Parts: sequence; structure tokens; C-alpha cells
Amino acid sequence: MKLITAVVKPHRLDEIKEALQAFGVQGLTVTEASGYGRQRGHTEVYRGAEYTVDLVPKIRIEVLVEDEDAETLIDVVVKAARTGKIGDGKVWSVPVETAVRVRTGERGPDAL
Amino acid sequence: MAPAITTLAADAPALSAANTGFMLICSALVMLMTPALAFFYGGMVRVKSTLNMLMMSFISLGIVTILWVLFGFSLAFGTDSGSIIGWSSDYVGLSGIGITELWDGYTIPVYVFAVFQLMFAIITPALISGALADRVKFTAWALFITLWVTLVYFPVAHWVWGTGGWLFEMGVIDFAGGTAVHINAGAAALGVILVIGKRVGFKKDPMRPHSLPLVMLGAGLLWFGWFGFNAGSWLGNDDGVGAVMFVNTQVATAAAMLAWLAYEKIRHGSFTTLGAASGAVAGLVAITPSGGSCSPLGAIAIGAIAGLACAMAVGLKYKFGYDDSLDVVGVHLVGGVIGSLLVGLFATGGVQSKAKGLFYGGGLEQLGKQAVGVFAVLAYSLIASAVLALIIDKTMGMRVSEDDEVSGIDQVEHAETAYDFSGAGGGITGRTTATATTVPSENTKVDA
Repeated sequence: MKLITAVVKPHRLDEIKEALQAFGVQGLTVTEASGYGRQRGHTEVYRGAEYTVDLVPKIRIEVLVEDEDAETLIDVVVKAARTGKIGDGKVWSVPVETAVRVRTGERGPDAL
Repeated sequence: MAPAITTLAADAPALSAANTGFMLICSALVMLMTPALAFFYGGMVRVKSTLNMLMMSFISLGIVTILWVLFGFSLAFGTDSGSIIGWSSDYVGLSGIGITELWDGYTIPVYVFAVFQLMFAIITPALISGALADRVKFTAWALFITLWVTLVYFPVAHWVWGTGGWLFEMGVIDFAGGTAVHINAGAAALGVILVIGKRVGFKKDPMRPHSLPLVMLGAGLLWFGWFGFNAGSWLGNDDGVGAVMFVNTQVATAAAMLAWLAYEKIRHGSFTTLGAASGAVAGLVAITPSGGSCSPLGAIAIGAIAGLACAMAVGLKYKFGYDDSLDVVGVHLVGGVIGSLLVGLFATGGVQSKAKGLFYGGGLEQLGKQAVGVFAVLAYSLIASAVLALIIDKTMGMRVSEDDEVSGIDQVEHAETAYDFSGAGGGITGRTTATATTVPSENTKVDA
């Protein structure tokens, strides 16, 4: 199994959700996040005093998938999240040892 | 305040229902300016000191009202003594005033004049509070207001507006409070912050305004209330001066807002909401002393000059290192000085006063008088306020502890916080345990 994590622009959430559903993903976890990449946030001005706001709002989407689906799913997420502008975010995957459905106790791919 | 209307005095003035009604409405409008100021300031501070900022204005409504009735009105507008201070025992407790007794040759009752002037006395110390955001003990502030209005505001109001007051007799024009209100408050703010020092983290920590919508709401309500402040200062509208003042208030404010925004766009690249709100207030401040003597075109010039100058002045605190938290010096002192001095240039001689400014063939005489008024009030208020702050600081202490300042003055001084974020998904960390001491327990019998 793989855990796909995407940290992306908040307004792309709906597109990504729809793309994941179309792909057949059953569930996902969404968290509000903040951070920065190469663009380093933005500057705000209050009566001439400039404040650099490093951490910009992002959302973090996490999905568990079977190994063979991981690469395709990454492409699906990237396609749905892309605006072409700076700050579009990152998507990565990591191996997962096990997963358990709490309600039934099912393990591994059955728990997805 | 305007001098006695001689044309009306020729025939014995009678109580005017129209002027009285107009002035009661104006008084209510000026009252609204203090809570408006509270929101203007309250939005500009960080979340943790919102309530304290609101309360520093609000408490003035309580303290100054009582002092005004007890002795303030008498000190400011009682019979002159040595051109410095007034006193009339009839005014003590407002006890010896007949309900139809008219104010000094005008067509409104003394009670109406007293209540209109009360609202000015309330907002002036509240203006000072913006410079002291985040760091002053509430009890120290309450004591400061009490001493300050007694020793600074009441005498200065007498100098500027009281019959026999030395600046009034000299011919200094302060139509609605450029010197008595704005320079007075701005200089006091500077005096106090030089004594109490900077906020913890000044120039290091970000101190962004927590709610610009509140700032805009406050500025909008200030603008609205200011029509009472300015147009009411002729104490009636028999001859249209109040209406001219209304027009001048509107156009100067508009010009100042546009000037501030233009400066910001060129200097910093954006038109900001805080700039629009601040520019509007700068224009209102500057037209306050001058609007009764200039034309609408003059008002546009005065507003634009003030908007530009105040936008530039608010940066000075970073340069000189004094922490005027919400720019009371940059907006009220600078705006008040500009508006008061520009009377000497833009007075047409055809509105409230016969005095003509430099641009209308009056030479430099009026400018000189205005400069004396500006300097006298600035110097007295600055020094007296610094001394008062020093005395309070050495006795009861003016500031909260550094720990309390960092953790937030709202909780320490008021046992409240402005916002509850626990309902917005942060329930675990925001959970509170309630111990209601006033609610009877189940075992207590309550008589219905």
C-alpha cells in the first residue's frame, strides 16, 4: 500500500475530490495546512509597515491506495491540482506497512 | 467654538426649537464618535488586546460624563478668571441652570450647549488611548483620564473656546476642535508614550491589525458622527455656516482619503483599506479647525495636504523609535497642526470669521495667531501629560508586566477575550471549564 499526500492550493480541493472519485477512490482525509515553497509567501502593507507573510494557506489531502494504483493516482491528483502558477504545491507517496478498518478489523487492501 | 452671534444679539435671542433640535441631534452624533473610535482602534490591534482597546475609549463615556457635570463644564465654560480657567457655581452639578436659559447670546439652552461640549470632552482623552495600545493598566488609564481632563482638557477648552480664554480673545480660530481636541490629544499621546516606552516586540514582532473590517466600520461611523462635531459647532444654523461646515467636512475628508491612497499606491504599490480609513480620519481632523473659515475648494486643498502629510508622518515612529501604536501622533497631532495652520492661509473672511488668510489678502497675521495657538496647546499638553504619566508610573505603575503584555492584556485586565475560536474546529485546546458562582445549584431553594 502507498500513502499519497498532496499539499495544494485550497481552491483546487473540489477538482481533486472529483478526480479521485472518478478514479474510484473510496475515502480521503483533508487537513488545513500552511507553508511555503520557492515563492516564499507574500508581503502585506499596513500604513507603510511591510509584513512578510511566509506561511500561506494550503490544504493537505491524504489517500491510501494499493501499490499498483499509486503512480496513476499521483498523476490524477497533479492534473487536477495544477493551475500553472507558482505555489501549486507538491504531491508525494510513501510506503505503508499496514492499514486497519476500525469498525470491522479488516486489514491491508481490504481495509481501503 | 463660535463667538457670540451679534446680529442675533441685537434683538434679544429667543429659544429656537429648530436650532435646539439640530444641536441635540448633533450632540448624539458626536456621542457616537467615541464608540466609533473604539472600533476604529479596536480593529487595528492584535486579537489579544481588542477588548482593552474598546474599553479604553468606552470608559471615557463614564468618567468624563460624571466629571463634566460635577465641575468640568464650570472649569471650561464658567466665568473667566485670568484668561486661564473658568468657574461658575451655577454650573457645578449643572444645578443652577434654568431649562430655558439660553447659552451666551445663542438660541439654544445652556443644557444643550453643555451636553454638546460634553461629547467633545469625552472623545478627546479616548483619542489618546490609541498610542498606548496593548500595555497600560486599566486602573492607571482610568486615573490618567480623570487627571488629564481636569488639568489639561478643561483648561485648554477654556483657552480656546471660553469667553475670556486667552487664545479665544487673541483671535485664534479653532472652529470645532483642531487645537482643543486633536492637537491636545496628539501631544498628550506623545507625552505619555515617551514616558511609558514601547510595546514588547516593537519593530520586531508582526503587529498586524486583527480586523480591518472593524477599522472600516469605525472610520465610517466616525465620518458620520463628525458631521455633528463640525456642523454643530456653530451652535445653530440660522445663517448657513453650519451647512458650509457640513459641505467642507465631506469634501476635505474625500480629498484626504484620495491623497493618502495615491501616496500609498506610489510609495508601496497598493491601495489599502487601512490607508482609506486613515486618510479619511486625517481629513476629518484637518478640516475640524479650518472648515468654518474656508471655501469648499479650500477644504479640498486642506484635506489633500493633510492626507498626504499624515500618510508620510505615520512612518516617523519607525525612524525615531517612539511607539505610537495606532498613530495618534501621526494622524491627530499632525492633522490638527496642519488644519489649524492652514486657517492662516485659506480663511476667506466670509464664513464664520471676518479674519482673512494669506491667500485671501489677509497677510500673515492670522497665520501667526494660529501658530501661537498650535504651539501653546501642543507644549502645554505634551509637558503636562508626560508629568501626569510619570507620576502615575512612579506610584501605581502605568504598565502591565511584560508577561501579561505578551500573553494578552484582555485576559489580565478584563478577564475576557474578544473571540471564542474553540467552536471553529479547535475545540480540544479551546475547551473551558465553567464555574458559575451566581447560578444557584440544584440543591438551593429559590423563591419564585
